[in-house]
Amino acid sequence: MMQELKLQEEPLSTPVARGRGTAIVVTSGKGGVGKTTTVANLGTALAQRGHDVVLVDADVGLRNLDIVLGLENRVKHHLLDVLEEQASLDDALVADKHSPQLRLLASAQTREKDDVDTQKMRALIESLAQRFDYVLIDCPAGIERGFQNAIAGADEAIVVCTPEVSAVRDVDRVVGLLGNRFRPRLIVNRVRPELVAKGKMLSVDDVNSILRLPLLGVIADEPQVLIASNRGEPLALDGSSKAGAAYRAIAARLRGDDVAMPDVTVARPGFIKKLSAFFGGRR
Amino acid sequence: MIEFFNRLFGHKSSSATAKERLRLVLLSDHLALAPNLVDDLKRELVDVISRYVEVDRENIELNFQQREKVIAMFANVPIVSMHPATRANGANRTTKRANDASKRPRRRRKRSANTATNAPIAETPNPVATTPAPAT
Repeated sequence: MMQELKLQEEPLSTPVARGRGTAIVVTSGKGGVGKTTTVANLGTALAQRGHDVVLVDADVGLRNLDIVLGLENRVKHHLLDVLEEQASLDDALVADKHSPQLRLLASAQTREKDDVDTQKMRALIESLAQRFDYVLIDCPAGIERGFQNAIAGADEAIVVCTPEVSAVRDVDRVVGLLGNRFRPRLIVNRVRPELVAKGKMLSVDDVNSILRLPLLGVIADEPQVLIASNRGEPLALDGSSKAGAAYRAIAARLRGDDVAMPDVTVARPGFIKKLSAFFGGRR
Repeated sequence: MIEFFNRLFGHKSSSATAKERLRLVLLSDHLALAPNLVDDLKRELVDVISRYVEVDRENIELNFQQREKVIAMFANVPIVSMHPATRANGANRTTKRANDASKRPRRRRKRSANTATNAPIAETPNPVATTPAPAT
C-alpha cells in the first residue's frame, strides 16, 4: 500500500533512493532523560518531511511511546504479538493522527523484557527497514536484556543525555556497551541556558568534553515539552516552540542536511555577573 | 548575592563541581571496565623499569586510588638487583623512584642511587610511581 503511494508520487524532499531504510536506536542508559519524547519528535519531524517512518517501542512492560504520540486508544496489537506471530505486522502498525507517513509499533504493557527473542527482534527490525525509510527504536532504560534487544537490529545509535552527572555517566557506559558496531551521536536534552550561564548546570561543551561524541543536537528545556506530552501532540509540530524547531533540525541532520546548531547559550550577562567575572569568578 | 560572594572568594560553581566529579567517576569506571588495559599498562611499565633495574615481576602491585582531585596510580615494584649494564652506564640512572628520576636535581639522584645500590632492595614499601592518571 505504502509502496504504491511512493510510486505515484515521490516526495521531492526525499533524498534516499527507495531501498532499505535506516534503523536507528535511541538509548541513554538512565531513564527519564527524554528518549521516548525524542523518538516521537524525530519520527514526526521526519514524517513531516515526507519520509515513511515507523517508531518501535522496545520498552516491553513500560509502554509509553503511544501515550506521547496520543495513540494509546488506537493500539490493538503490540510488538510481542508480532514477534510471536499472534498478529500480522500490518495489523499491529498504528497510523499516526498527525503525520500520514508515520506508524507506531507499540510495546506490550503486560509482558516482560525477557519475553522478547533477540533474533526475532533483529529480523523484525530488518523487515521494517525494508519497508520504511526510517525505523526509530525507543530503547528501555537500563543495560540489560531490553537494551540488548533494542540495539540488536539497529544500524545506528543516538544517545540522549541531560546535563547531569548521573546521566553523563550512564551514557558513557552505554557508549561502551554499544561497542565498535556503532558510532553513536549525541543529543543533549533539557539544557537550561540561564542555569548554564550562572554556573549551575553543565554546559553542552562540558558534557561533550567528557563524552566526545558527534553532536547531533541540543534541546533546551521549556514548558512546552511537558504541555505537548500532556496533550499527546509531538512538539515537532509546533512552529512556535524552540524545542520543536530543535527536533526538526535534528531530523534534518539525520537526513544528512547541513543544519547549524542552535545557539543555546545566554548572551546577556548581568551587572553582577560581569562584576564577579571581573573579580575572577568561575562560571 | 551569596553566589556573588562565593565567586568573589574563589568558590567553585556547582557545574564546575559536577564536571570534576564526572571526570573522576568516569576515570574509575573506565579503569574498572578495562582490566586487560591495566594488565597491559602493568606489563609495559615493568618493561621500562626493567631496563634500569631487575624487578620481581611476580610481586608487582599496581592499583588506583581516588584522591581529592585526581586518581593516583600506585605501583609497588620490588627490585631484585641492579642491572649490570645500567650500572656501567652511570649509577645516577638507577633509582628506586623511577618515575621521579627525571624531576630530581642531579645531586640528589646520585645520592639516592648510591643508597639504593648499597641497600638490599627486595622490598620497596613506598610506591615508586605516583602518577595522576590522565583525563579521558
